[in-house]
This record gives sequence, C-alpha cells and structure tokens, in this order.
Amino acid sequence: MARLDVIMPQMGESIAEGTLSRWMKKVGDPVKRDEPIFEISTDKVDAEIPAPAAGVLVEIKVQEGQTVPVQTVVAVIDTEAGATVAAPIAAPVPAAPVRAAPPAPSPVAAPAPGPVSAAVLPPSPSAAPRAETVDDRLRSRSTPLVRRIAAENHVDFTAIPGSGVAGRVTKKDLLGYIEAGGAAASPQGTAAAPQRAPAPQTGPLVSIASGIEETPWAAVPWPGDRVEPMSKIRMLTAQHMVLSRRTSAHVTSFYEVDMTRVARLRDAHKKAFEERGAKLTYLGFITKAVADCLRRHPILNAAVRGSTVIYRQPINIGIAVALDWGLIVPVVRNADELSLFGVARTMRDLADRARAKRLKPDEVQQGTFTITNPGGFGSYVGAPIINQPQVAILGVGAVEKRPKVLTLDDGTDVIAPRLLMMLGLSYDHRVVDGADADRFMADLKRLLEEFPEGAL
Amino acid sequence: MPEVTYLEALRQGLREEMRRDENVFILGEDVGLYGGAFKVTEGFLAEFGAQRVIDTPIAESAIVGAAAGAAHMGMRPVVEMQFIDFISCAYNQLTNYVATARYRAGLACPMVVRGPYGGYVRGGPFHSQCPEAAFFHTPGLKIVAPATARDAKGLIKAAVRDPDPVLYFEHKFLYRRIKEDLPEGGEEVLTPIGVARVAREGTDISIVTWSAMVWKSLDAARQLEQEDGLSVEVLDLRTLLPMDDAAILATVRKTNRVMIVHEDTRTGGLAGEITARINESAFEWLDAPVRRVTAGDAPLPYAPSLEDAVLPQTEDIVRMARELAAY
Repeated sequence: MARLDVIMPQMGESIAEGTLSRWMKKVGDPVKRDEPIFEISTDKVDAEIPAPAAGVLVEIKVQEGQTVPVQTVVAVIDTEAGATVAAPIAAPVPAAPVRAAPPAPSPVAAPAPGPVSAAVLPPSPSAAPRAETVDDRLRSRSTPLVRRIAAENHVDFTAIPGSGVAGRVTKKDLLGYIEAGGAAASPQGTAAAPQRAPAPQTGPLVSIASGIEETPWAAVPWPGDRVEPMSKIRMLTAQHMVLSRRTSAHVTSFYEVDMTRVARLRDAHKKAFEERGAKLTYLGFITKAVADCLRRHPILNAAVRGSTVIYRQPINIGIAVALDWGLIVPVVRNADELSLFGVARTMRDLADRARAKRLKPDEVQQGTFTITNPGGFGSYVGAPIINQPQVAILGVGAVEKRPKVLTLDDGTDVIAPRLLMMLGLSYDHRVVDGADADRFMADLKRLLEEFPEGAL
Repeated sequence: MPEVTYLEALRQGLREEMRRDENVFILGEDVGLYGGAFKVTEGFLAEFGAQRVIDTPIAESAIVGAAAGAAHMGMRPVVEMQFIDFISCAYNQLTNYVATARYRAGLACPMVVRGPYGGYVRGGPFHSQCPEAAFFHTPGLKIVAPATARDAKGLIKAAVRDPDPVLYFEHKFLYRRIKEDLPEGGEEVLTPIGVARVAREGTDISIVTWSAMVWKSLDAARQLEQEDGLSVEVLDLRTLLPMDDAAILATVRKTNRVMIVHEDTRTGGLAGEITARINESAFEWLDAPVRRVTAGDAPLPYAPSLEDAVLPQTEDIVRMARELAAY
C-alpha cells in the first residue's frame, strides 16, 4: 500500500512548533484530498489542516493536546483506496495539555523551507522523511543572532548561500544579503540595526511571568465546581494581557463623537456596498478615519524597543474579533491606502475567515495599531489594554441615540436627540504624551463628524 | 618615565601604600630578612622595621587568622603566600571566617592575600596553580589578577585601600618578563577593582581572558591578523570577582563570536561561569557557540614537554580562533 506521511506544517517563518488541538477524522476514516483532517493552534493562529491526498487515515501518531515541532509526522494516509486498515498504533488518550516528548529522529522530515505563503499547506509529499542531522540543523536554524536579524528584516535566510560550517548562513552572509537589497524594505534601516539596537528589555513572551502563573491567592475549586484547562489561545491571551499591563504605562483618554452624519452616509450607501460584496458598518468608517489620522500622528503608529521608538512605515490596523473560542486580531494592511469600500471589504473577509479558522499567519501579524469594538455588545465605552508591542489601542463604544446640547445659529441652546458614540484611546505614556493622544483624538472626532461624502 | 618590570611595579605599589598609611603592614613566610621568595619585599624590613614586615611560621591558616584580627582592629594587613598554591591551607579561614565577617558580625576585614600564581616555569603541581575557581564561589571575597605592570601596581594599591578582603594573584611567569614605562612620583597609578580593559580592539572574534593568558592571546591575535586577516578583540578582565559583566556583554555584542582563555583547568573553571552569563544575557547576539581554551584536567606535570602539553599555548588559541571564525 502507498503510505503518505501527514506533517505538522510550518505556519510561518518564526513558528517552530504547533499544538494539535483536535482530530476531525478517526483511524479508518476515508479522507478526500484537501478535506480538513485535523486542527492545530500555534502561537499566532488556529487552522484546519487539509489532507495532502485522498485515501484512508491509517495511523495517528500525535494525539490531541500534544505540541510537536513543525515537520513532525502526525499521521499516515494510505492513498490506495480499499487497503486494509492497520490497527491504531496508539490508543487514543484524552487530550492532555502537556508537551509531548520530542519525536524520535526517524519520523522527522528534512526541513523543507519554502515561501511563507505556501507554508500553510503541508509540504510536498515527495519530501521523503529522513533523520535530521546536525548539518541540516545548522543550515535551517543557523544561530540565535542570525535568526534574530532575519526576523527583524523579514528575510528567509535558508534561501541564502551560507559560508559557514556545513553551509551555515553566518551574520556576515546575512548582512551582505540584506545590504545587497535582498530584504523587504525595513523601517529602521537594516545592516547596522542589530548592533545599534539596545538589548531587549524582555525575553520571549512565554518566559516572562505569565498571566497563568500560580499566585499566593490561587483559587481552589469547591465541591461541585467545574475545572477546565485553558485552551492555547486563552493562555496566550492571558500572558499577553498581563505582560502588556506590566510593560506599558497605560493611560486612557475618552472622547464623545457625534455619529449622526456617519449614520446618514451609511444609510445612503449601505445597499450599494452590499451589492459590491462589502458590509458598510460604523467600524468601517472608524477604521478608515483612524488610518487617515495615524498618517498625521506617527507617534500613535509606533512601537517601543528598549530605549528606541520605532515609527512604523505602514499603517496596519488590527481589528479585534471575538470568537466563541477566544479573541483574534486580524490585520487590515496599509489601511490608509484603501478606500472606505476596500477597508469594509477587507474587514468582512478577515472576520469571516477568522470564524472559519481560515486565516493565514501573516494576516494576524505586523499590526501597528489596534481597534476593539465592545460597543457591538452595547458597552458605553472601555479602556482597552494595548496590543504589544504597539503603543495605542482604540476602544469603540455603542452608537446610540442620546440627548445632546446643541447651539443653534442664533445662539439658542437646545437639547436634541443625536447618535452619539464614546471612544476610549489607551496609549503608552512611556512614549505618547497626553497632548499627542488628544490631538490625535480631536482630529479623529472632527474627521468622523465631518466625514467627507467624496470618500465613499 | 622609567621602565619597570611587573615585579618592580608591584613592589612600588606596596611601598607607596606602606608609606602613605602606617596601618599597612606585611606578614608572610620569609618576607622580612630574605625579602620574599621572589624578592617582592626586598628592602622593606630595612625601611619599615620588624613591626611592619613580619616573618611568620609556615602556617598559612595562622597567618590569615592573625591578619583578620589585625584588620578588625583597623590595620591593613597584606599577607604573602610564598606560592599561591598554599592558599588552600588557609581555605577555611578565608571562606568561613574572613569572607563572612562583615555579614555575620559587622566586622570589617580589609586585607590583601597575595602570592605568585600560575605556571609556564616548570614548577610542577605545587608551585604552578591557578586557584581562582576555589574562591570565586565565595560571596564576600574579591579576586584580582593583573596582566600588565601598570595593573600590577594599580591593583595592589586599590586592593590595599579596599574595605573588604581581596585576593591578589600575581603571575610569576610575568614577574621579570613584562616591562612597562610607569610614572615616577606625581601621578598615582590606581586600577579600579571590578573594571575590565580592552587590551586590543577587534571586530571578528572576542577573547575573554586574564593574567598571563592576555599575552598569549595578544600573540595569537597578531598571528591571526597576519595569517588569516582576522580582527581579534582581547578583553583583559583584570578583576575576576566581581566580574565586569558589562564589558563582557559589550564585546559579545560587538563581535558575536567569543572564546574564553584561562590557564586554570577546564572543569569547574571560570570559563563555565562566563559562558553561562553570556548565554543568559546575550544569547541573541551569538553567531557561534562560546568556546573555551584552558589547561587540561590534570595536575601540572614537572616534565617540560608535558607541562607544555597540559597548559594552553598560543597555537591552541590560534587553532580555536580559526575554528570559531569558520563556524
């Protein structure tokens, strides 16, 4: 019979391992080509992994809850229909949130570095599994320094010819490649950056005191309580939120915005947008207005690294999407270059695919500013926590009719029903002062209240 | 400025401190009449008298104990170990008593224990040791190990003035081989404790080292520059405890490839601790694993050919540097 290994895919350049969160097929089930057979969650994203070929699932090697390095063989498909089904090697065990032992050398396939966009699909089945040698490892992993410089410059260093031992890419090779224009445009210059930049103040996220550590006031379950382990996305959120609170000096500034004009524009254009495949929402207007204002207020579109401020060149706006199983922040890239229609269509597409677990890792990375919309549930306003390493996040309250004092042309004050909305901007006071934040917010308020009809 | 040897620089430093502060006194085996086994204190008895230059019995534990008592009473004793190998006999006094006196009893213990250290002189196992690792582990002690004549003088003066116990390891191979112009009178030569020195600037590889290995590393650096075009930075730690972490990190960040060279044996030597610190603080700056060049794990042999084989030589440093550069 023709046995085909199914491999834990590399979900992005910087991702080394993944957790197999759920099997969607059992041993013995027939599978179609591209039919989802299991679900994984990585540091960045959850995804369903399709079968590389049609056949019968004959062996499951990685159980639910296990975390394994990318390229580990997780299952075997027999591609000849009707073949006898082997008895399961390992009896299915309940999902245990523990790290699996490193896989034996034999089932680990040779690293097959490829473009990130293609990495969502399992590597080509022709990549025959073989033992990973020290030379392979040197070639694909190089050294901590090289990995760091490559990540900072968005370079896939495995594609560069290496001059080190076993063809390893050295710092010199990599810097030479970047200087020769091999890297994507980098906002802070390239070659000298790693040496100029100060030491990171914090290590990797997970090594920092996390949101899930035991505390002196650790809760104990009482009889009748239900105790559930956190999902991976829950743990990551917990760590990120606590770390963000510890990292940034959060201050929140609140503004009331009159959305009456935006509502009128929305009613007038809603149908036309729908016919073209986009949903015109208040959040679309806000995202577009934020993108335009960020261009004029670059300190809000920035990141902190040690004692330096990185002013981001692109304006990539993350939109927090609440899912049944947690929170995810897909990113509208270069939002300032899109029309309101482009923003609305991108937002709808990202939200739909987030719910279907079809986001690519790249689509949740490299945000430069974040918007969260608790107002969708009716919240008046909120003081959100910054999405690190960004420096600001906008919380959007509910849009609802409220009384507002207006002054008429003749000077008379009247109370009028208006569509009002509160905005809460949390910013990092380490680098953003109140005046910076308020100038940005005043700009944003003006733009929304006087939203140009021509922009539609 | 007159040219002086490493040994003469040390002698000058001691003499200057004894003239400056009458609380400073010397005690040890044969330091008075004989002027010390290596003549470091030659002429001191005549100048300062038997009250301040004291010949002791051959009992290192008693010498250190007596010095500790004097230090508690406000004196500034400088103990000479005839060979630093014999400091092991005073291990209990130094680690259990001297190092902890301030912590336990609030008793200041400003004293210096100095002595000839290291090999390359065909001295065999009892007259060639580098015992820093045994004391490096003890909180409360300071350890210095000069490589140059200027630092031999500057560090003995800083050690005498330090408010806490300082072990001063002087390399006997350097005593009369290293010469340097030092100012005579006027300018005071003082080397701060806890501060390393870049002995040679470089961009490709860093060598972290101290004492006699600084000179072997510099020889290797010159050879590597001529034969391989490699730019090697040499960091002379000068003080081993407390260690100058900032200087180590700076050189790691500069060259991204580091080797540690020490004359002490390999297992449990300071290179392990330095490697751990680099790993903890500069992992993302490494473009190669940290390497070590050390003595082999053996008592130092008498036979010249075997001593040469066990101790690190310039060609060992060159070989390891080439390996590191090619990584």
